[in-house]
Amino acid sequence: MNFQTTIGLEVHVELKTNSKIFSPSPVEFGDNPNANTNVIDWGYPGVLPTPNKGVVEYGMRAALALHAKINQHTHFDRKNYFYPDNPKAYQISQSDVPLAQNGWIEIDVDGKKKKIGIEEMHIEEDAGKNTHNPNGYSYVDLNRQGTPLIEIVSKPDIASPDEAYAYLETLRQRIQFTGVSDVKMEEGSMRVDVNISIRPYGTDKFGTKTELKNLNSFNYVKKGLQFEEQRQQRVLLSGGQIQQETRRYDEASNETILMRVKEGADDYRYFPEPDIPNVEIADDWIKQIEETMPEMPERRRQRYVDDLGLTDYDAMVLTQTKEMSDFFEAAVAQGADAKLTSNYLQGDVNAYLNDNHLDLQDTKLTPDHLAGMIKLQMDGTISSKMAKKVFKAIMDGEEPNDYVKAHNLVQLSDPAQLQPIIDGVLDANAQSIEDFKNGKDRAVGFLVGQIMKQTHGQANPKIVNKLLMTSLNAR
Amino acid sequence: MTQQFDNLTELHQALVNKDLSATELTQQTLTNIHDHEDALNAYVTVNDDEALAQAKQADESGIDADNVFSGVPVAYKDNLTTKGLLTTAASKILYNFKPVYDADVVTRLRAAGAVTIGKTNLDEFAMGGSTETSYFGTVHNPWDTTKVPGGSSGGSAATVAAGDVLAALGSDTGGSIRQPAAFNGIVGLKPTYGRVSRWGLIAFASSLDQIGPMTQNVTDAAAMMNVIAGRDERDATSSSKEVPDYVAGLSGDIKGLKIGVPKEFLGEGIDEGVRDQIKTAIKKLEALGATVDEVSLPHSTHGIQAYYILGPSEASSNLQRFDGIRYGYRTPNAKNLEELYVKTRSEGFGDEVKRRIMLGTFALSAGSFDAFFMKAAKIRTLIIEDFKKVFDDYDVIVGPTAPTPAFGIGAETKDPMTMYMNDMLTVPANLAGLPAVSVPAGLVDGLPVGLQVIGRPFDESRVLNTAFAFEQNTTFHELKPSMSKGGRA
Amino acid sequence: MAEEPISRAEVEHVAELAKLSLTDEQASKFTSQLDEIITMIDGLNEVNTDDVKPTTNMADATAILREDVAVNAHQKDALINEAPETEDGFIKVPAIIDESEDA
Repeated sequence: MNFQTTIGLEVHVELKTNSKIFSPSPVEFGDNPNANTNVIDWGYPGVLPTPNKGVVEYGMRAALALHAKINQHTHFDRKNYFYPDNPKAYQISQSDVPLAQNGWIEIDVDGKKKKIGIEEMHIEEDAGKNTHNPNGYSYVDLNRQGTPLIEIVSKPDIASPDEAYAYLETLRQRIQFTGVSDVKMEEGSMRVDVNISIRPYGTDKFGTKTELKNLNSFNYVKKGLQFEEQRQQRVLLSGGQIQQETRRYDEASNETILMRVKEGADDYRYFPEPDIPNVEIADDWIKQIEETMPEMPERRRQRYVDDLGLTDYDAMVLTQTKEMSDFFEAAVAQGADAKLTSNYLQGDVNAYLNDNHLDLQDTKLTPDHLAGMIKLQMDGTISSKMAKKVFKAIMDGEEPNDYVKAHNLVQLSDPAQLQPIIDGVLDANAQSIEDFKNGKDRAVGFLVGQIMKQTHGQANPKIVNKLLMTSLNAR
Repeated sequence: MTQQFDNLTELHQALVNKDLSATELTQQTLTNIHDHEDALNAYVTVNDDEALAQAKQADESGIDADNVFSGVPVAYKDNLTTKGLLTTAASKILYNFKPVYDADVVTRLRAAGAVTIGKTNLDEFAMGGSTETSYFGTVHNPWDTTKVPGGSSGGSAATVAAGDVLAALGSDTGGSIRQPAAFNGIVGLKPTYGRVSRWGLIAFASSLDQIGPMTQNVTDAAAMMNVIAGRDERDATSSSKEVPDYVAGLSGDIKGLKIGVPKEFLGEGIDEGVRDQIKTAIKKLEALGATVDEVSLPHSTHGIQAYYILGPSEASSNLQRFDGIRYGYRTPNAKNLEELYVKTRSEGFGDEVKRRIMLGTFALSAGSFDAFFMKAAKIRTLIIEDFKKVFDDYDVIVGPTAPTPAFGIGAETKDPMTMYMNDMLTVPANLAGLPAVSVPAGLVDGLPVGLQVIGRPFDESRVLNTAFAFEQNTTFHELKPSMSKGGRA
Repeated sequence: MAEEPISRAEVEHVAELAKLSLTDEQASKFTSQLDEIITMIDGLNEVNTDDVKPTTNMADATAILREDVAVNAHQKDALINEAPETEDGFIKVPAIIDESEDA
């Protein structure tokens, strides 16, 4: 029997607004426990939520990036459940009228393009953090409580773990380009809940789905889904039934492990939030957001190919993150050659980032400096060999022109300076001239070597070659 | 000493003239409160030391001649947060709770110079109509201490009626200001939903709760409204509408005022004596130049039903935060998290609160939501529309505040249903978010009865002026319980 | 709506959702009281609400959104001070037993 797979993804993304979604406390990470909290974040008796305009705006930006329709009359709902990191014992979320609905993004798996539908996208508050300690206690830090989130729910269009991976990549990329979030799974600013079901080909009714937890990278999402897809097939082929259950992905064994079987749905007792009036989004506001939407990756790719002459592949790699793409554009804007800049970013820069486990924005490299170095290379001031040295220096934050001057790395290209040196070398090596005349090309290499030696490697090889040939032929 | 003064204006004049100091006034007020406490139990906390310090400060900085609350003691219902001062909502679960912030109304009154005299007793979390469900014991009616003071703002009503203070704040979710005001022969106003900030009001039902004044007369209620009304950015449901001068709006002239009397408000279930008293009151209003017609609010009879779904539903959610983790009572007997939750809440809440949490949780739970919560929310729409229709043709709606005068302590607590039916005349204004005042309308068997005046949204001025015209042309507000007569000439 | 009166089992389920424990006696009492109240509430069924929109928010206008400006209230110490049990600036609670609840 052949099966078809249906995967559902619920993606939570933290928005990087200045203040929390329902309280003016700052949205900041890494501070002392509870440092960024107030009475609202603690769910004190008598406090009330005030909705943050910035969150609605960021949510709209994300929605537009996902081609979703914004609901202009929307409201918040309460989702009730007890947990120590959930101080009111309800989360203010959106249930029946989400901020946006019916979007899509296009994914590309091995060159095959497919549109994946977005069911809905809503805004809600994040919980605090509950840290378990083996001493029998948990420790609650409410700094994260109230951090704005968007939740993006896919339609049941994703049919394979590879598509799930591509969906997450594309989603992350598009959200990142809007600038509303860092969208980093490793930092928790992007979190993924996954469900998967399979059913025999040709049947209409979806199979029973299982949920997967502890998927801390896109790769684990893919691996977890691959395992789960196989597991469900084995169960069904052996005549068994899939239970509605939550399973944990174990990174070490690359398996999913049963956490709990679901008995009916959780009863969150959703109801409309009475403390916050309905939210009205005027046409003008949407228009204003549309007009100030940053360029999305596919537009940039098109531009890189059409205007800058890059290959499709280069354009794709450069637009994988907004940082890289912005960096590239800034360097090109400084006058650096696009192809050279692309090569550096994909080659030396990328290797440096991988070796040091860094993100581009965490290095000392600036677009100015990279462009400066490339321009020195373009105008022949430095050789590609010298450029290797300069590259190291600019990764340490040095200004390329200053560095080149300070280290006397300027290439000797002036014929008026080079000619006397060439003449001197030729005068001293009559045998080599003889060899050259007898057609021994090796002699040229020897002579160049001598010239480079005399110039301590600073002579511009192109110019030397040209002058040398002229001189040789003249003798 | 406040008994010597019939209203805030007189008291203020005495303070300005230095006939007495704020310190003397506060000292005497504290003495009176303590003298009455054994009989009334109106307070959870009397703020002795801090109140005197505040009064001293008022004396030192000088009484503000333009501010009627300058140096004047005010009592707050104990579900309003006061920074550093015990705030319990009359529940064991907050028996030790000292908020780190002031409610907006407290901030405003403090800024106006008011002295925080104490925190008044209430039904636990304001759930009740008799102030018998308080963890800190039953409050007694100063007119007859075997009777309840009504509720849930029973402590505020009793201390005002006893003459301890001229002004107190209450909160009203289904009648909790108006009904105790009626039972104690004082004035109580529930403002329009959104007129007064709920920041710092420990929520019972978020879409129904409003804070309002409880005073000995209409003018003082208007003066208090002048201080507490207005937009607060911390309460997203508070209105940006301009706040009129409510005192200036008291002309006493109601000639041509169109009054509607809903037939549903004088029908079945209304005590005979109350009905007679209200009919007399309505005649008085007519005599003052108002026109009176019978009108109908056909869905108001379903108000109680809708109220006992919506109120408990919101309450069940609002009261989930009392989990023993961040403040208040924490059970000493928990071995794990689940026990912490269940024991803290089961030990911390009283029966009435549990009953309403259960009812609300049920109404919101899967399978009940549409049939209960949504159904009630739709009935609420119909009730709002009923009022709108009447207000197309009439300026105010008038009727009794409560179906009976104060009943005996212990008489109704055994049967929640009887108790719930007492709210039938007050809940419609909460469901529709309308301003409504209760003003004294005489006695039945020696116990006060209240006349209720309901107005259009944000039409507090007209509601108060109607009550004012009635008050100024009757002597009911001059009737006082004997215990308040200590200092009276 | 509530074609059958609320059962004891339902009352117990609701108590569980609300994190309340009921003694036997309380459960019986609440069952009959809630039953009575729900029967009273059932009267709403007399009203046809087919084309009626629900009212769930009472504000007189749509939301005035707060500008996105961060303000640290510096209330941490006061808040920690009021909490029943704390350690190193954290709120301390007994651990859950059932680890699978940790979502």
